Amino acid sequence: MASEALPDPQQRREVRRRWATVGSYALLTLLALVILFPVYTTLVRAGSEPVPYLKSLKSDGGGLLPVGSDWGVFGRVLANDDFVRAMGLSALVSLLIVAGQGVTSILAGYAFAFLDFPLKRVAFGVVVGTLLLPIEVTLIANIETVRDLGWFNTLQGLSLPFMAWAFGIFLIRQAFLGVPRELQDAALLDGFGHLRFMFRVAVPVSRPIIGSFLLIAFLGAWNQYLWPRFAADQEQWQTIQVTLRSLSQRELTELNFGFAAAVLSAVPLILLLVVFQRQIIRGLTAGAVKG
Amino acid sequence: MAAAFLAPVLVIFGAFAYYPLGRLVYLALYRRNDNAFLQSSDEWVGWSSITDTLGSERFTSGLWVSIQFMLLTVPLGIVLGVLLAVAADRRLKGIRFFQTIFSSTVATSVAVASVVFLTLLQPEAGLWRNVEWLSLNQPASALRAVSLAAVWQNAGLTFVIVLAALQAVPDEVREASRLDGFGSVSRFFRITVPLISPALLFLAVVLVVHALQAYAQFEILRPAEDAQPLLYKIADPEGVSSLTSRAAMSLGLFVVTLVVSLTQFTLLDRRVHYGE
Repeated sequence: MASEALPDPQQRREVRRRWATVGSYALLTLLALVILFPVYTTLVRAGSEPVPYLKSLKSDGGGLLPVGSDWGVFGRVLANDDFVRAMGLSALVSLLIVAGQGVTSILAGYAFAFLDFPLKRVAFGVVVGTLLLPIEVTLIANIETVRDLGWFNTLQGLSLPFMAWAFGIFLIRQAFLGVPRELQDAALLDGFGHLRFMFRVAVPVSRPIIGSFLLIAFLGAWNQYLWPRFAADQEQWQTIQVTLRSLSQRELTELNFGFAAAVLSAVPLILLLVVFQRQIIRGLTAGAVKG
Repeated sequence: MAAAFLAPVLVIFGAFAYYPLGRLVYLALYRRNDNAFLQSSDEWVGWSSITDTLGSERFTSGLWVSIQFMLLTVPLGIVLGVLLAVAADRRLKGIRFFQTIFSSTVATSVAVASVVFLTLLQPEAGLWRNVEWLSLNQPASALRAVSLAAVWQNAGLTFVIVLAALQAVPDEVREASRLDGFGSVSRFFRITVPLISPALLFLAVVLVVHALQAYAQFEILRPAEDAQPLLYKIADPEGVSSLTSRAAMSLGLFVVTLVVSLTQFTLLDRRVHYGE
């Protein structure tokens, strides 16, 4: 049968290619389902009435479908003062960190790319050295410092320690080093000072990389857990990530709220990823693929 | 000029990266004395207290959990990243849709990922509560369960890095290897893997660091006590340890970070030499 249907090799190759395409889609779909499965079960848990759902677990194959669907939970989360406050605080802290990192990284990146000064290598070494001192290592001491400064449970306590990041300095320095020599010479002829050259030439020319960096910085700041968990203990100073933990430790019959909150808290970032996919990927892979 | 440009960075790094290192040493060597009758003064506890802490069961067991967590999450993370990237590195209609799904956990925080995995792993009401080898209540299986959540959370990043590396392989190389009659499997292992090995190495480094710094998964999924990593003992949310011993353990984590980073620098350095 098969050989009858395939008289010449050309056609046979065509059929094989079509099957390969079907196979590719099958594999892609399977992998997508694996990745999305935990998200699906979270939506099921969020949208089910807790008590009937917990009962349904006892029956065979229970738990995979929503029980007594209660999708209004998403509305209740969005109308919840604590959720809104935590999201707002996360947004504010993240924007402060991103703005701070943007300014400090551009200034420092500029100095390393365009200026000659004594102890330049030492200063660069100081920046590199911070890679060995992540917040996980310095946590205990930094909490003490923040308490001494009276910054426990404050906006500056949550954001200021993160307003400089070695990765950003490297990335922006690298971008500045790529600014064409002719532009520098032309700016020099026009009598540009350093600040004018930075704002009128270097930064605009490096916009794509700076943009990628700011997006990565935002993702990192928004998703941060360890520092906000320990740099504040009052509920009003809990970022959304820390709030999710408290919600996840409630009674089983109240957990649907926490699951809905977890999903909703991720939505802004998913949207950011969809809109700026190329820029974010460029930033994430900056260290991995050269050239 | 340069001083003004560097001042903000140096002040922040000084106050929140370098000064804390010195402060950790101080905290590890002096016990805080909060006696209300005496003038509050710190009491010297001696260098031996650091070595005592680093030799204690609490530190070594935490370190061992961290290492096991690393051994579970790093290889699995790389394999999953390669699998997703190879599957999505095709010119097909709608491929962007799949690529977005595969990369979606880039936008998912560790806290969100952990809460999401509660629906599967929760001992009382998780979908997989009867799957014994993923039980959060037993140390060994608990570590596997937490690792699974971590691997899922890392999948977006690993996928993005491997895909970028695959797409950087020049078309001529792919074509040539195809014409040379390599089968697709041997083509993958003999041509593709060596070409993307720098990216895989970078990925391994990133995942090792992630594993050493894992915390939120453990606080939200709450595995058995014997499955708590080093950072959990340092952060000590239940307030079990003294500040002195937590500072000493932080110094231990610093040394581990140092060793990992030095290994990473030598490995990446060698890679650069090969490339030139």
